[in-house]
Amino acid sequence: MSQQLTQIRPLSQPVHMPDEPATFSAAVEAEIDGHLAKYPVKRSAILPLMFIVQRERGYLDPAGVLYLANRLALRVTDIWEVATFYSMIQTRPVGKYHIQICKTLSCKILGEPLITERVCKKLGIKPGETTADGRFTVSMVECLGSCGTAPMFQINFDYHENLTPEKVDRILDSLP
Amino acid sequence: MHIEAIGCEPLQLRRVHLENSRTLEVYRRNGGYEAIKKVLDSMSPDDVINDVKKSALRGRGGAGFPTGLKWSFVPKDSPKPKYVVCNADESEPGTFKDRYLMERDPHMLIEGMLIAAYALGAKTNYIYTRGEYRYLIDIMDQALAEARAAGLLGEKILGTDFSCEIYTHTGAGAYICGEETALLSSLEGMRGHPRMKPPFPAVSGLYACPTVVNNVETLTAVPDIIKMGGEAYQKLGTEKSGGTKVWSVSGHVNRPGVYELPMGYDDMEKFIMEDCGGIANGRQLKAVIPGGSSVYIMRAEAVIGKDVRMDYEGLVAGGSSVGSGGFIVMDDTVDIFESTKNLTEFYKHESCGWCTPCREGTDWLVKIFKRIDNGGGRADDAQLMLDLCDNIEGKSFCPLGDAAAWPIQSAVKRFPEDFAKHLVGSRKE
Ligand SMILES: Cc1cc2nc3c(=O)[nH]c(=O)nc-3n(C[C@H](O)[C@H](O)[C@H](O)COP(=O)(O)O)c2cc1C
Ligand code: SF4
Ligand code: FES
Repeated sequence: MSQQLTQIRPLSQPVHMPDEPATFSAAVEAEIDGHLAKYPVKRSAILPLMFIVQRERGYLDPAGVLYLANRLALRVTDIWEVATFYSMIQTRPVGKYHIQICKTLSCKILGEPLITERVCKKLGIKPGETTADGRFTVSMVECLGSCGTAPMFQINFDYHENLTPEKVDRILDSLP
Repeated sequence: MHIEAIGCEPLQLRRVHLENSRTLEVYRRNGGYEAIKKVLDSMSPDDVINDVKKSALRGRGGAGFPTGLKWSFVPKDSPKPKYVVCNADESEPGTFKDRYLMERDPHMLIEGMLIAAYALGAKTNYIYTRGEYRYLIDIMDQALAEARAAGLLGEKILGTDFSCEIYTHTGAGAYICGEETALLSSLEGMRGHPRMKPPFPAVSGLYACPTVVNNVETLTAVPDIIKMGGEAYQKLGTEKSGGTKVWSVSGHVNRPGVYELPMGYDDMEKFIMEDCGGIANGRQLKAVIPGGSSVYIMRAEAVIGKDVRMDYEGLVAGGSSVGSGGFIVMDDTVDIFESTKNLTEFYKHESCGWCTPCREGTDWLVKIFKRIDNGGGRADDAQLMLDLCDNIEGKSFCPLGDAAAWPIQSAVKRFPEDFAKHLVGSRKE
């Protein structure tokens, strides 16, 4: 859980909880209702809802946490407790494009180091960092189920497979 | 990527190459939803369970537990609601078969779940998919909507009294949530810590109600079992493990991909060297991990000329196990010390932190690897690693601890030369 520890760190310091929870558009509220309707217990919707908050606000921020606590009738600590367990839940801002490079065995032996080197060189950052303009974050992650098409990375939710350094250039250059 | 059935007619892979294979129309035109019709027309829940028992289908998630037997543990007289939960968390390194089954043939999974739900009396069912597979959740949602519109899901399915719903659910990047009790904790909105067994999920699972958790590939096998009958399905494989199995192959082979083979396929050498196109770049086979990262690593010498049969018993006899069926093939450029370090980092990262042997043990193992990497290797480090593994294996709360120990134990014992060269004389003083 090493990566999660880096996420827990800001929480071990005082977190400023706002008085007002986050608000969302009627369409997003309807989407949230749709998830809540799937389960006999509201709390079950916590992960799907965290992803929605993250999508709408860039990350799961304190106002988003407060919103979830209200919406799910839970305590704020319940929300943090769950948020800090899962590596895909971001409790700190991440770049507009989150490049998640798989570092596990099949990718590793099929050229991951070259991919990581190219990505980092191009963006001028190291894994775990975000570019100053807030566009890119690079993370090293564990197997994403693309071992047969290794090496690979995911940019946000999009899979990019059978990567080569040249292909990395093309993909990064083509992002809007 | 290569997707192919070898040594058998494709069952699970029957439709993957068809155009628009994920649509209801193509599924129906190619035998889809005939099994659920047969079930609703002419079979009782017990008939279904008996057929699955006869099929000798064993769970494809890793443990290989007989599926029919698992289903029969669900108490029939319980007044509580019952649940079928599909385990689509697929996060075992080297494993990606469920991804292609869902991507190419989502209705096959829906039909399998419907039949399971009918057999167990479940009205609400979930597909727990790993968070990174967001695009698959979208595909499944679309297929579910199509099925609902066609009267195959929801109230009074196909005009009968059988009503049932299936929903998708997302994980959020935690390997441990593939373990069935951790998955249920996660589905209840908690941290993904495993739970004590017993009670087993069949008795007290989701929301403390009777629950069956099955892997994607297990459930997608069910429609064919119903259509051809349990006995016929069993005969495609061996007496103890019926039917066909879908394997994922990655690493240094010429044709990585997803392969469907009859259970008991002869033999592993032929599979790697011929069916998967042999070792890439004209190099030599050095090692293979046949069941996803959590099984014993095998030396080339244990594969070449050894007629290792590809089923549960055959792979155990060959010195490993089926696990999730994820082959990771390594050529002679790979240093097994490095590959083992890589997997140890994986288990350290994915240890849920609940119990001490696994949380601390995996952390210490990574620290030892790092110390050796930094030139601080000691001659007795291999033994130290084995001692640490000994304190994890069998002493952890859930099988992830064992899964972390096995790759290390087997690598240290089977590739001593790769470890020795990092230990002896590597100290920078
Ligand atoms: C650490 C760990 C991870 C697991 N990951 C998965 C997984 O990703 N998918 C899966 O189907 N089973 C996984 N399993 C096995 C499940 O606990 C369970 O045995 C399986 O889902 C049962 O389904 P089956 O009988 O159809 O195989 C995992 C087990 C452990 C201990
Ligand atoms: S063995 Fe590891 S993953 Fe399993 S409960 Fe213990 S710490 Fe968690
Ligand atoms: S090892 Fe990289 S996707 Fe599986």
